[in-house]
Amino acid sequence: MSFPLLTVTAALPALGAIATAAVPAARRTAAKWLALLVSLATLVLAIVVLVRFDPDYVAKDGNFYQLTESHSWIADFGVRYELGVDGIGVALIALTALLIPFIILAGWHDADPLETGNTRWRPTQGFFALILAVEAMVIISFEATDVFLFYIFFEAMLIPMYFLIGGFGDRAHQHGEEAASTQRSYAAVKFLLYNLVGGLIMLAAVIGFYVVAGHFSLQTIAQHGLPDMATSTQRWLFLGFFFAFAVKAPLWPLHTWLPNAMGEATAPVAVLITAVVDKVGTFAMLRFCLQLFPEASKWATPVILVLALISIIYGALLAVGQRDIKRLVAYASISHFGFIIMGIFAMTSQGQSGATLYMVNHGISTAALMLVAGFLISRRGSRLIADYGGVQKVAPVLAGTFLIGSLATLSLPGLAPFVSEFLVLVGTFARYPVIGIIATFGIVLAALYTLVLYQRTMTGPVKPEVAAMPDLRVRELVVVAPLVVLLIFLGVYPKPVTDIVNPAVKQTMSDVDKKDPQPEVEAAK
Amino acid sequence: MTNAENLIALLVAAPLLGAAVLLCGGRRLDAVGHWIGTALAAASFVFGAILFVDLLGKDAEHRTLTQHLFSWVPVEGFQADVAFQLDQLSMTFVLLITGVGSLIHLYSVGYMEHDERRRRFFGYLNLFLAAMLLLVLADNYLLLYVGWEGVGLASYLLIGFWQHKPSAATAAKKAFLVNRVGDVGLSIAIMLMFTTFGTFAFGPVLGTHEEPGLVGDTSEATLTGIALMLLLAACGKSAQVPLQSWLGDAMEGPTPVSALIHAATMVTAGVYLIVRSGAVFNAAPDAQLVVTIVGAVTLLFGAIVGCAKDDIKKALAGSTMSQIGYMVLAAGLGPIGYVFAIMHLVTHGFFKAGLFLGAGSVMHGMNDEVDMRKYGGLRKYMPVTFVTFGLGYLAIIGFPGLSGFFSKDKIIEAAFAKGGTEGWILGGCALLGAAITAYYMTRVMLMTFFGEERWRHTKTASPAEPSVEPAAEHRGEHAEPHPHESPRSMTIPMIALAFGSVFAGGFFSIGDRFLHWLEPVTGHDHGHPPVSALTVTLATMVVLVVGVAIAWAQYGRRPVPVLAPRGSLLTRAARRDLLQDDFNHVVLVRGGEHLTRSLVYVDHTLVDGVVNGTAASMGGLSGRMRKLQNGFARSYAVSMFGGAAVLVAATLLMRAV
Repeated sequence: MSFPLLTVTAALPALGAIATAAVPAARRTAAKWLALLVSLATLVLAIVVLVRFDPDYVAKDGNFYQLTESHSWIADFGVRYELGVDGIGVALIALTALLIPFIILAGWHDADPLETGNTRWRPTQGFFALILAVEAMVIISFEATDVFLFYIFFEAMLIPMYFLIGGFGDRAHQHGEEAASTQRSYAAVKFLLYNLVGGLIMLAAVIGFYVVAGHFSLQTIAQHGLPDMATSTQRWLFLGFFFAFAVKAPLWPLHTWLPNAMGEATAPVAVLITAVVDKVGTFAMLRFCLQLFPEASKWATPVILVLALISIIYGALLAVGQRDIKRLVAYASISHFGFIIMGIFAMTSQGQSGATLYMVNHGISTAALMLVAGFLISRRGSRLIADYGGVQKVAPVLAGTFLIGSLATLSLPGLAPFVSEFLVLVGTFARYPVIGIIATFGIVLAALYTLVLYQRTMTGPVKPEVAAMPDLRVRELVVVAPLVVLLIFLGVYPKPVTDIVNPAVKQTMSDVDKKDPQPEVEAAK
Repeated sequence: MTNAENLIALLVAAPLLGAAVLLCGGRRLDAVGHWIGTALAAASFVFGAILFVDLLGKDAEHRTLTQHLFSWVPVEGFQADVAFQLDQLSMTFVLLITGVGSLIHLYSVGYMEHDERRRRFFGYLNLFLAAMLLLVLADNYLLLYVGWEGVGLASYLLIGFWQHKPSAATAAKKAFLVNRVGDVGLSIAIMLMFTTFGTFAFGPVLGTHEEPGLVGDTSEATLTGIALMLLLAACGKSAQVPLQSWLGDAMEGPTPVSALIHAATMVTAGVYLIVRSGAVFNAAPDAQLVVTIVGAVTLLFGAIVGCAKDDIKKALAGSTMSQIGYMVLAAGLGPIGYVFAIMHLVTHGFFKAGLFLGAGSVMHGMNDEVDMRKYGGLRKYMPVTFVTFGLGYLAIIGFPGLSGFFSKDKIIEAAFAKGGTEGWILGGCALLGAAITAYYMTRVMLMTFFGEERWRHTKTASPAEPSVEPAAEHRGEHAEPHPHESPRSMTIPMIALAFGSVFAGGFFSIGDRFLHWLEPVTGHDHGHPPVSALTVTLATMVVLVVGVAIAWAQYGRRPVPVLAPRGSLLTRAARRDLLQDDFNHVVLVRGGEHLTRSLVYVDHTLVDGVVNGTAASMGGLSGRMRKLQNGFARSYAVSMFGGAAVLVAATLLMRAV
């Protein structure tokens, strides 16, 4: 039996979480360093996974998953502990492992006990342990090839996320700590309820799937094909799965939990939500909706595309109307998730490769923008855009990185998100020209909300309240600089990612039995 | 076979390196940053010159160099490369961009001397050069898009360079946003090409000397669609109607930026796009007609606006719009006009950059005053500026023998040569534009360099302007300026550009040199001139004299009032850029604000409410919500229990099915 690399990759942060939580109360700094080291070690493991993964692997028995592990678990219900990755999973594991160290480093002081000293519980240990716990669960969600195993962790990650949102909200609040606490609780509960409802509906569908298929194994399906399902059954099950993923992703009109959660949480947790956890939703659409229910996916495509299009435009318009920096980024993310979902359901190679690439790029670009926004907010103690002005003059490096994050968010050609966004648009346009054209207008709105944000916060006369604002510190620079470098690198040379993703997309395309539309001039011949 | 093509990447790399070094280098480079930037711009020019010599050594049909660097976006069925193509058309641009660019770098050394952020300014300028070179060297539309947006970014950064001024920040954002509307056009054009041809590389789509392009295999309707989308993109970048509104505001940027980006190079990118895509436009006559209309309307629009502005830079900006209108008009004429569009683009690059640098020199000596009503009689104090600006002036109005005479005259001829009623209308517009050009440029010239010295305080303080004075004093501008000539680093570029303004046109036209150079790429056609070339030239001369004479009568013979008279309805509209911003404000800004505000409300109450309400009614969740806030763990258990119940029910249901 080979080395269980995937298990170890997921188990390491889980064990790290326990160890971090167990660090004595007084040793806060030790807990931080431990968490950081664990996350870095996980990153190393993720890189090993990346290296061991062979993009051009051709399975003889049709089981295209790699690095597989398979053990019987709950035999009575056919539940197996089964792991395996394809190119899409590998890319997202790498993204997760990459972002967590930055999230930890950015949130270095976010969970320090307040001066008044509430030492009843151990906030610092808890904060970093919860982040590692989320990392472990997200990674195993990307690895699980057993539907039930996936479901368990898909749901379980709600618990640490709930505490992260509800327990460690932003201290910056214009109406005082009391109001902040109330709003945090509201946001956390709203997050939990939305996702719980989605999860419960999915659970019903998971059971239903078992009833029809008799097992949960994706690897078995890869080898032996899908079980026969009546059209109506397939559609109902699809809807059950899709609903849960659409809440998580989130898709209009199920999005309203996101601005609350991202607004109230600290900036690193907001990044954790939108850049990491939400990706499980879009990943699962590709993995489960399309592979388990190809016919139903095609059946639902028109409606989903329209919802995705609404998300794109609606999210962008709402972002324009925000007065709170973090809520603005949240609505921008809703718009971006619309692009991802549109790319997935356009059912073209360009659309799906673009969507997968988009997940990676959006993770990096949102992290860059949101973390810098967090640094900004922590300096001034306010999330309101109107409280800023002229920051560029006093903190040019902060403003510069904020601008690069903004430009990435508006998908400037030359930066990574452009490649993925264009692929999604072109992939959609190839099959649905009208939807593709309307979605393209999203790029104007994206420029509007990002540049207005930049203008109002960074330019103009220096406001007295920001006049003494320090520029980025070394720790903050260490967080931002690699993200900026990645944004530029993947914008110029995305091939390393597309090479990994393309074969997986090809597989998905053949699973749903779709072929790319031919160019007009070739079709004519 | 030489290895010259390996130099192509260096053309782009040199200024890109400069941008990276200057922007990341920090304060320690403050002392030398401007020279690093200038040296790298000059290096790029040297590479360009070497490549030019190399191209000249080949015969006309083989003057295309290519360099493939790497595969950029490889996805199933979709292939975009980072690859360059240098032919006569891109070569022309390379020399213009790096040549004028280097001169303006040099000029900026002096112009920005007292700015504490000079290093960053040069970083942005280098970034601009790199992006602009990428734009003209790309061998496919997607890579062109990167350069296209890159110059937009540089433009954004440089217009807003003095960010502490809210007006500059707003102007920068406006320029970027308007250009984004154009980008939608470019995006859709590329997508259409992809779905139609399966590729968007120049060679396969547009054809080469060896084989015809795929444009021949598709319908005219599709090509018209692509062409119109490309035109939309061109309108954004080149400030053509209806996306013209950003250019006037862009004058908020430092003057060297206005000269390089918003006069000589970036704003002409739209013309490049159309001429480069000639094969598409040639097969889409309807789209070509739209192109000519856009060009004709813009050339008049810009000229009229240019007549009314008292701000010297804004008057020149109106003129830029108008001159690019000429180029777009020529490009819309197809093979009759392509060569002349580019020729005018190059000569315009010389004289308009020279005029802007001259304007900058005047501002430099006049405490950054831009209002021409507060100039006057400056020729005595700034002789070099006066002479170089004067030569640029003669060139732009088309004074016989100077650059503008040759290039503009050709466009007017070509417009008539389109034939039929269209030819007469377009030619008429072009002639009328020439008259207005002569008028507004003479006005600028007279108000700035001739007449009374209106900047002297004793003379300007008239009782008619109490409302203006306090504001001026508040800004600390009441100190009387001491006009003086600019330093050598500024005058040398002005002299060099004046040289180009005088001789470039003649040099290009003797023996039709420029035509023979570009024809292998763009093709050429003489059209059906309804009248002889001599007649057109004479007509142009007549309107030129009329334009100059009217301006002389208004601004030369009579003293210029320091306060602008109220003016006619047209004048007042023209001062407000023919109400473009009023339209935008009412329709887009106000409408947009209402829309987003109501959507924020809808999202909060309706969408959130409905989803919550549905959830509540389905599972009694609202009650549980409160409980969850009290005791999380217990309620979660309840939820799990509820979930299990759903689960069992679902299982039973499925069994029953």
